[in-house]
Amino acid sequence: MILIYILIIPIIASLLTVLPLGKRWPEGVSIISSLLVFLLSIKTAISASDGSVITAINGWISCDGLSALLLLLIGFVSLVSSIFSWGYMEKHLSQRQWRKKRRYYYRLALFVFSMLCVPVFSQIALVWVAVELTTLFSVFLVSFENTTDALEAAWKYVVLTCMGAALALIGILILYWGMRAVSSEPFTWTGLIHSSDTIAPSLLKTAFLFILVGFGTKVGLVPLHTWLPDAHSQAPSPVCVLLSGIETTTVLYVILRLIPVLGSSPSINAGNWFIAAGLVSVAVAAFLLIQVRDYKRLFAFSTVEHMGIIMVAAGIGTASARMGATYQILAHSITKSLCFFAAGALFIIAETREIGSVRGLIRTSPLTGASLLIGGLAIAGAPPFAVFLSEFSILKAGIEAGRYIPISLLLIFIITAFCAVMFHINSMVFGRPSNSKVTVQLPPSIILSLVIAVVPVLLFGIYVPVKLEHLLINAASVLGR
Amino acid sequence: MTTATLTQLNALTGGLFLLCTFGIVAMRQVLGILKMFILQSIFLSISAFLLGYIHMSIHLFAVAALTLMVKPLLIPYLLKRMVGNEVTARREISQLVDIPSSLLIAVLLTILSYFIANHLLSNTTPIISKVNLPIGLACLLLGAYTIIVRQEAVAQTIGILTMENGAFFAGVSIAPDLPLIAEVAAAFDVLIIAIVMGLLARKIYEKVGITTVGEMNHLREVEKL
Repeated sequence: MILIYILIIPIIASLLTVLPLGKRWPEGVSIISSLLVFLLSIKTAISASDGSVITAINGWISCDGLSALLLLLIGFVSLVSSIFSWGYMEKHLSQRQWRKKRRYYYRLALFVFSMLCVPVFSQIALVWVAVELTTLFSVFLVSFENTTDALEAAWKYVVLTCMGAALALIGILILYWGMRAVSSEPFTWTGLIHSSDTIAPSLLKTAFLFILVGFGTKVGLVPLHTWLPDAHSQAPSPVCVLLSGIETTTVLYVILRLIPVLGSSPSINAGNWFIAAGLVSVAVAAFLLIQVRDYKRLFAFSTVEHMGIIMVAAGIGTASARMGATYQILAHSITKSLCFFAAGALFIIAETREIGSVRGLIRTSPLTGASLLIGGLAIAGAPPFAVFLSEFSILKAGIEAGRYIPISLLLIFIITAFCAVMFHINSMVFGRPSNSKVTVQLPPSIILSLVIAVVPVLLFGIYVPVKLEHLLINAASVLGR
Repeated sequence: MTTATLTQLNALTGGLFLLCTFGIVAMRQVLGILKMFILQSIFLSISAFLLGYIHMSIHLFAVAALTLMVKPLLIPYLLKRMVGNEVTARREISQLVDIPSSLLIAVLLTILSYFIANHLLSNTTPIISKVNLPIGLACLLLGAYTIIVRQEAVAQTIGILTMENGAFFAGVSIAPDLPLIAEVAAAFDVLIIAIVMGLLARKIYEKVGITTVGEMNHLREVEKL
């Protein structure tokens, strides 16, 4: 039942936000509903952490370790993002634009709903519909600012990801065709794994490639990533957090779910496809990171890099590498949200997205400067933050598995990306401020969301709660056979 | 009617479906593309109906009815409501590759999709899938090609819808018993695609004054020289 509540709450919230009840009504509804979803997803995660599968409707809606991890992350990121939205709306909209504000919250709730659907649905055709809905419900959030650039970004986003979704659809239909030929189990992830031994390898491989290219577009795998830095930099900051922090991971989850299915026939060589796609993404992102001039694009390219790292870890495929992949999913989501919250706060202060025009942030706004520095260090992979630990465990697992060439390449690219990110962050945080006269006061909700977002980033590098560790182990075991 | 006649009718429908897809690649004006899309959707619906008759499957009849309602009727109506002046504009669509070369590439893509499909089909596959799968794949690739070379917003929208049509055309033959709720959700989804892209195209028109979205390339790493 709990899973049904998780799905229904955002829908009710989206309906409630359009009612004209007071000035602060949409914000209140949004924060309370996402708090409820977050609490329910914690409850789900705790019950899934011992390896049990929670089923609401058999064959349609269920939740195992990996799904619970995704639910938990979506719950957390959307909660902090809706707190941040309050301050963002206060700064960017005048009092009279309440209609625009209501529409924003309405779309935000629907977007969160569509993301929650992806891990919770077990019927694969419906998962495809949910992924497509995540695009369609977020298009107008990307174009929210209604500038020429934002509209261009939104158009690229919808065209490329819908193209990808159509390719993925034919992949999923081929998968269904292959499965129907050999068994009559329901078309769910577990049903697919059970019958994967007997599905013709040629069908499995074609379906996999269609899905990899199709959903890879939405994950931002190179060379299909071109829309990602545009959309992730033009959207309002609280939306960027959702897009970059969790939406890419949610779609990657669908690709990762195929690993145990493909494991049945070694002739497909799925691991090598994963490693190749991942390495290319990490390489291209690392070198593009050097030449970015917009700090939101900086974090967007870093998302491409991290998606690549997760793909490589999943491709190595040993138990410890899978553990590294799930830990990286967790670490990336929480850290990337902090980065985009810091970028959003910086945008309110500096009113520019250019790295070159921001100097000495630590003096003009110590809080923003500090969170940008922590976020930058953490996302680049400096110790003692969570991303460092997850990347380290992936590299270690790769060496244990004897994949020396991909791992050494990965190490080179990670170091390149580290230097690039830190170079840009340093130039923004330190130095002599260009205009020290203006000090913009940040709204309290933005300060609150920065503080909430920084807690897990600082905590999970040093200490992971026992329940969460069990959840990660279970999520990793879902990826194995 | 016997199954053999129905299979032949389905093959005819498939041929006409592919012809419409070529029409989408070849048309010079938005209205022409839209008309081709309407015809193509009708053929998709007919194919679903014929296959439903062969399999005696209520699912496929539902798919046929849904397709007939949403794609040839509702979507063109909504597109005309939202971006009417763009749909009926009598100017030529700017595109990166001229039409004769486009048609040549379209033929090559069709041959490629027959190769891909041949790799998947075995001797035991029913004849219906042998017709529908390669044509669906071809339509998918041609839709993607349309999106890449056409620079007009409405033409790109129809390109996306064509890709979906291709996927469904293959789908009705290879996955005829997909749960009905998934089919309904997918049809609903296609409708939302059309609405979202239409509204976005209108916003772009209101803001920028053009809908040649292919020429919007302000966002990039290196500044234009």
